Amino acid sequence: MEALLDTLGLAETASLLALEPPGWGANLLRGLANSLQIALGAFGFGLVIGLAGAYGKLYGGPLLRDLLAIYTTVIRAVPELVLILILYYVGSDLINQAAIAMGYGRIEISGVVAGIWVLGVVQGAYATEVLRGAIQAIPPGQLDAARAFGMPPLMTLRRVTIPAMMSFATPGLANLWLIATKDTALLAIVGFSELTLETRQAAGSTRAYFTFFLAAGALYLLVTLFSGAIFARIEKWARRGQPSLREGGR
Amino acid sequence: MSDLRALLIPRRLFLMALFAGFVIWCALSLRWDWVPQYLPLALEGLWRTIWILVVTVVLGFTLAVPLGLAQAAGPWYLAAPARLFCTIIRGTPLLLQIWLLYYGLGSLFPQYPWIRGSELWPYLRQAWPYAVLALTLSYAGYEGEVMRGGFASVQKGQLEAARAFGMPRFTIFRRIWLPQAIRNVLPTLGGETILQLKATPLVATITVIEIYSVSSRVRADTFIVYEPLLLLALVYMIIAGLIALMFRWIENRVPSRPRHG
Repeated sequence: MEALLDTLGLAETASLLALEPPGWGANLLRGLANSLQIALGAFGFGLVIGLAGAYGKLYGGPLLRDLLAIYTTVIRAVPELVLILILYYVGSDLINQAAIAMGYGRIEISGVVAGIWVLGVVQGAYATEVLRGAIQAIPPGQLDAARAFGMPPLMTLRRVTIPAMMSFATPGLANLWLIATKDTALLAIVGFSELTLETRQAAGSTRAYFTFFLAAGALYLLVTLFSGAIFARIEKWARRGQPSLREGGR
Repeated sequence: MSDLRALLIPRRLFLMALFAGFVIWCALSLRWDWVPQYLPLALEGLWRTIWILVVTVVLGFTLAVPLGLAQAAGPWYLAAPARLFCTIIRGTPLLLQIWLLYYGLGSLFPQYPWIRGSELWPYLRQAWPYAVLALTLSYAGYEGEVMRGGFASVQKGQLEAARAFGMPRFTIFRRIWLPQAIRNVLPTLGGETILQLKATPLVATITVIEIYSVSSRVRADTFIVYEPLLLLALVYMIIAGLIALMFRWIENRVPSRPRHG
């Protein structure tokens, strides 16, 4: 193995990326774990906001609908980086004021929680639109039937709306998940030690920029391709029993 | 007219009053004394943001057309690299791409004396060529995928008719295939251009001075946090709105898409 690496001229690369301390592999993997954790949390938080937002946009009162329209428009027009800074400062200010009002001292907010809160609010705006479209695509007869049988609203949501909209929502949600994983890189700018920041630190202290940035790129790409495969399975599962998009249709 | 009437119902008037109140509160109780001092810098930054946006969108789209065409109709030895390029660009964060180009290439170039001696060296030492390159490649990657769909969605009959009339291949492409492909993807392109606008602040991380980095400068100099960020968000919303209006204007000018099914 080592002889092979030597002949390919990759021995130095291998030692830089090694998992043991002189190498930086462990740092990169820890960064990747942080990134994935934030992405998962933000995606989940965004889904919750998105489901509530979609329900508000579809069935809410006129004022609520206007407010939600403002929320989705503003979030989608302002760069994520600016939103991250605004939400980060607002969030930490609010929590600190609340903590001081309740008699605790200032609180250090953990990077993971702040990242999830910030990216979740951003994801929520996109998820609102995806889920609203998916709910609208459900044949209305299915929801009418549930209501006609006297199903309470929450049970309708759990048993009819969510399963029936899954097949319409999955492509959009897959896209959102990919955006979530890539947006975690933006948290590097506010100093969270996720994959991109770890990579930059490793590259900066070893001067091997290409090695580390390419390695990080490969890690992100692996996550993307792997998630693509998983979402393809989910979509296949969600569409079971429905005519295939290619053959069926019109 | 109907647009105006839709705004004049009570709840919207209430929301607008609320918004006006917020704006007045911002104007009165927040600090704006830094604005005159930083205005020239901000205008320069705004100009650079727009400049970068326009240049990268035009160059990126020019690259995206062959990328899309290769994937939609090219032979495998062109389609496979094009697909690989789009997958890599779309699968990694833009920030990482920018840093790879800037720090990677930027640390590689000085090692070669012939690059240092060349005419281009004064430019290669600055940050903006790397910013433009990274944003162009990114736009090309995303739009290559969009154009693939656009080229594939043009009806085969149209191309066959053109071929039956003996039109040369390049003329078919220029007169029939490309215009219809672009028309089909115009709404998507508008959204993607707004996404590109939202990607421009990332170049501030490699020391390009644009509107976002001006706001960071204000924050670092004066410790005023919210005011520059709010103003910055407003500026981006206005630019995004202008882009949306521009694309709607273009969409209204081209003949509408025929319904085929």
